Amino acid sequence: MINIVEPDVIAVETKNIVKSYGSVNALKGVSITAKAGEVTSIIGDNGAGKSTLIKIIAGVEKADEGSIEIFGEPVSFHTPEAAREAGIETVYQTLGLIEDLTIWQNLFLKREVMIGLPPFRILNKKVMRSEAVRMLAELDVHIPSVKARVRGLSGGQRQAVAISRAAGWSSQVVIMDEPTAALGVRETAKVEELIERLKARGLAVIVISHNFDQVLRLSEQIWVMRQGNVITGMRAQDTSGDELVSLITGAKKAKA
Amino acid sequence: MQTPDVKESGVVHVAAPETPSRLKQIGFSLKSPYFWANWTVLLALIISVIVFWALSPDTFLSAYNISTILTAAAVPAILVIGQAFVVMTAGIDLSNAAIVTLAAVTFGAMFAAGQPLVLCMGLAIIMGIIAGVVNGVVIAQFKINDFIVTLGMLSLAQGVALVISNATPVQVISEPLATFALGKIGVFPYIMILAVVLLIIAQFVLTQTRFGTHVLATGGNTDTARAMGVKTKAMKIAVYAISGGAAGIASIVLISRIGAAEPSMNTSLLLNSVAAVVLGGVSLFGGRGNIVGPFVGAILLTMIINGLIVAGVPQYYQFIAIGLIVMVSAVLVRSAK
Repeated sequence: MINIVEPDVIAVETKNIVKSYGSVNALKGVSITAKAGEVTSIIGDNGAGKSTLIKIIAGVEKADEGSIEIFGEPVSFHTPEAAREAGIETVYQTLGLIEDLTIWQNLFLKREVMIGLPPFRILNKKVMRSEAVRMLAELDVHIPSVKARVRGLSGGQRQAVAISRAAGWSSQVVIMDEPTAALGVRETAKVEELIERLKARGLAVIVISHNFDQVLRLSEQIWVMRQGNVITGMRAQDTSGDELVSLITGAKKAKA
Repeated sequence: MQTPDVKESGVVHVAAPETPSRLKQIGFSLKSPYFWANWTVLLALIISVIVFWALSPDTFLSAYNISTILTAAAVPAILVIGQAFVVMTAGIDLSNAAIVTLAAVTFGAMFAAGQPLVLCMGLAIIMGIIAGVVNGVVIAQFKINDFIVTLGMLSLAQGVALVISNATPVQVISEPLATFALGKIGVFPYIMILAVVLLIIAQFVLTQTRFGTHVLATGGNTDTARAMGVKTKAMKIAVYAISGGAAGIASIVLISRIGAAEPSMNTSLLLNSVAAVVLGGVSLFGGRGNIVGPFVGAILLTMIINGLIVAGVPQYYQFIAIGLIVMVSAVLVRSAK
């Protein structure tokens, strides 16, 4: 699938997002942008509001105040499906794949290709299998067979399948919550390669990560969050791991 | 973080592993729960046939006896189709035998009131579906444990059945029903042919439709399935409705066989439906399985009871045999989870 997106275009923009859970102010007016063809990282300590922010962008949670624009168009999602239809896919850390289903079944879950006339429509397995092979090949993911069940796959293979699913639907924005947290070194490298490929295809990739080396390696833009606020945003090339740590912990004040 | 030596630590890799030798593959598949899930029931069937044939060489494999087994297996085989769907969503339906009774007395009451046969049959099935939908709605909407809800339905359906029937059996004397119950093609009784037709439809729905995939997805991981947009509540309600509907159809077959609608419940129908599902390789954790396995399992259990009777084993030993078989098969097909 080809995603034709002009470079340097702002794909996602949040404006003054506010979200409270009871008396807890999870987000206190968060504004960030993520450009197409770039990896945008959101970093911060636990409880800084990173997950809440991406849940709102992904349509899992609804913001109390503020707005979201996708390629300049104001949007308001109430469900993950609505976000998905608008081209925003999310790779969840835990809610990834269904282990007892095959790879192609996972790739096409809720997007099954059917054949025949309603109401006698049946699954077009042949098309889905060959499309699944193509979706994986597109990102250069090598897996023994799309007919294999996910249960037998390694953590890296699973993440690769999940990312292929997110990228395979003419999506424009892919959000990843700790995409390599559970992976070994080599598998992490593979997943990072995948992220690079998504970027090269012009997608806007938003990543939450605790791994600063990875953040500096992968991203163009970094947003630092603390206690429900974005305290600063910077280009990755202009910063260092030490600076990021001190910004997160509050040891260093953000540049104005 | 250390930089790994890529040349040496080549174990974890996203690319395809080398194909292991043939012998290793066989060894691997013998250890795989999937292998046992798929083949236990067939293996058990073949072994049982050989054992019972050896015990009663003249009678067990006679056309008459085979036909007897298939006749007796029809009702449990139909019931297990519904149970299999439920278990695939990681649920269980303990009320199916009671719903058979409820549907049967509904049929009986309508029949006694002089209603046409088709209406009696239709209402029996509808009654079964209603009871199933109630199960499903309480389980899915209020997130109550399946055991508790269907155990409650067991008592509820039995109670309503007693109220409707006033605890009295209704004789159902009907020419078409009798023909249906007694007729056969070769050794295959009509009622078993009906069960096989239902099996084919169910297996087709499971493997070839979106609904079937979503049922398995719901059972495999409800939260993930919901996050992907699968209507998991609707799936749960649907499988209990299928189980109730299967109980409704089973009640018609039962009435046609015994010529009466009886208000008492046959608990061994319930036990056998659960046992057959386990034998048939459906994971009790949900997400995995097929309908053919449990169906063969239901026939197998009926055959074992028949074989013991034919071999002259005292009746009480049947329960011991069934219990042991279920436990052994459950160990063999134990889930990797």
